[in-house]
Amino acid sequence: MTRKLSRRDMLAGTAVALGATALGAKVADADAADAVAAAQDAAVTVPADPTKLQGLPTSPLGARSPFVKPVRGPQTGLTVGSSLTPLQDLTGPITPADLHFERHHAGIPVIDPAKHRLMIHGLVDRDVILTLDELKRFPQVTRTYFIECSGNGRNAFRDPKPDMTAQKVAGMVSTSEWTGVPLSTLFREVGVKPEATWFLAEGGDACMMTRSVPIAKAWDDALIAWAQNGEPLRPAQGYPLRLVLPGWEGNINVKWLRRLELGTRPWRTRWETSKYTDPLPGGKAREFTFENDVKSVITTPSHPGRLSGRGWHPVQGLAWSGRGRVTRVEVSADGGKSWQDAEFMGIALPKAAVRFQWMFEWKGGEHLLLSRATDEAGYVQPTRAALLEARGAGTDYHFNQIVGWNVARDGGVTFHGAT
Amino acid sequence: MKRALFLVALAACGGEAADRSTAAVAAADASYPAVREYDRGHFRIGATPTKAQLVAWNTDIGPEGAELPEGRGSAREGAQVFAQQCAACHGAEGQGLEPLYPLLISRDPRGEGFDFASDPKIPRSIGNYWPHATTLYDYIRRAMPLYTPGSLSADETYAVVAYLLAANKVIPDTATLDATALRAVQMPARDKFVPDDRSPTRP
Repeated sequence: MTRKLSRRDMLAGTAVALGATALGAKVADADAADAVAAAQDAAVTVPADPTKLQGLPTSPLGARSPFVKPVRGPQTGLTVGSSLTPLQDLTGPITPADLHFERHHAGIPVIDPAKHRLMIHGLVDRDVILTLDELKRFPQVTRTYFIECSGNGRNAFRDPKPDMTAQKVAGMVSTSEWTGVPLSTLFREVGVKPEATWFLAEGGDACMMTRSVPIAKAWDDALIAWAQNGEPLRPAQGYPLRLVLPGWEGNINVKWLRRLELGTRPWRTRWETSKYTDPLPGGKAREFTFENDVKSVITTPSHPGRLSGRGWHPVQGLAWSGRGRVTRVEVSADGGKSWQDAEFMGIALPKAAVRFQWMFEWKGGEHLLLSRATDEAGYVQPTRAALLEARGAGTDYHFNQIVGWNVARDGGVTFHGAT
Repeated sequence: MKRALFLVALAACGGEAADRSTAAVAAADASYPAVREYDRGHFRIGATPTKAQLVAWNTDIGPEGAELPEGRGSAREGAQVFAQQCAACHGAEGQGLEPLYPLLISRDPRGEGFDFASDPKIPRSIGNYWPHATTLYDYIRRAMPLYTPGSLSADETYAVVAYLLAANKVIPDTATLDATALRAVQMPARDKFVPDDRSPTRP
């Protein structure tokens, strides 16, 4: 676990970042930031009896309890790379926006929303360029969807190790409530020519990320999202606009979206040829493997947690599918010899994560806890051995193998990936 | 939904369903009864982009290379550009520093059969994995060099593309590339990619 930055570090870092980008915008209200820092620092002093002492005043931004310290990781300091959601520290289906996993190919751009534009052009009746304010004049929807990097689980697939955490095993998945304009509304607005079959989505970051999308996804459930969990997108999630293609691999949900071009074939960009293609046995590779298949991971208990004592414990985790709703999650406490149905802790929405739970009475023995999810399209989570058989050890994306946790007699929990 | 997925499949296969888009709209409307009256019309929101905006933004280059700009550069000139602009991250021999700075140059014998599924350690390079040479031009122009993206001239970009293709033994060391020559380059991996055939019984 990396050291958590102090508030002073964070403020200093922000000042440097703003200065370096010569943004010219006002630095965030320093008084408000100081007030947040003071409130958090004050909260560290814990009175012996909180009922006998006035509590803290209101504050401009809510901070987590000083006892709750979830962090993304690893923090590499690099602009190209990823930082994973601490799944083991969270509950419910929604990921707090500040803990949504990150994956960037050229860092996080600082974009002035007043200057940002979305251009739609190509095989349309009317080319359009929209400001953010204009985009928000279209009718909008709010939907809950997961976004998962298609590289999620690569380490656990290639080289499973007992000391891996849920964060390291599967932390490149997060679920948010997204608000935005259905792409179908915008495509109706511009008038799509009949010969258009694909569109190119381009981001406004320093690599101008580009991915090709079959146009049917636009008529199905694609969104141009400007908000996440009740507020504008976080910069790391594409502020001010991102494409949300529900259920499809993270990379194609282009962040900092600035351009959509309609055409007759895919553009075969670097991110859909050199990367994000899946080698197959027989000297071939699959291309345009969009959907993330059904998957689950137990997050409680998980390493480095432990069972606190004999008796009943909830076994909980997350399950999701890019092909629709998760219809069933089974849990095994004997390494897959027998399976029991888990219950859903909430409502299973299509292409959104759902938390599952199975009550486990631990009598002090050794156990191997596994979870296995099924979706409404009829897919069942495969074992690692089945994935190896179908795709080979050199497969590079879409790792949805069954994983789990070994429980030792002392209650210790370690990762098990060799299913 | 099923209809929409079917259309995805058609589009992915390049099938000849005429008027796909109209059919897709109808399918979407039929499967989504909440399509409101206003969704069938136009809001007339937004401006028409100027020619200058379109030219400035529409810089992508497709696999046919129709959009490639004027200019030319030789593999020899490209070696200089590579040494100055690329080698600091990708290594003097294009060996890369994975995973941050990808390997660019390799014709490792283990990769010649495209058997990358057998072992993640077989290096995937421009020479043995990239299906289209045009993608190199598009990517370098939009994203490279990492800290000064978009700073190479068209001539420098053609040159460094030529160098990378020559170093990967796709074109001769003596080659010079312009739009016509780059369009004609045949990549060793051009026929290696197949449509997604996953199913409930085939992960």
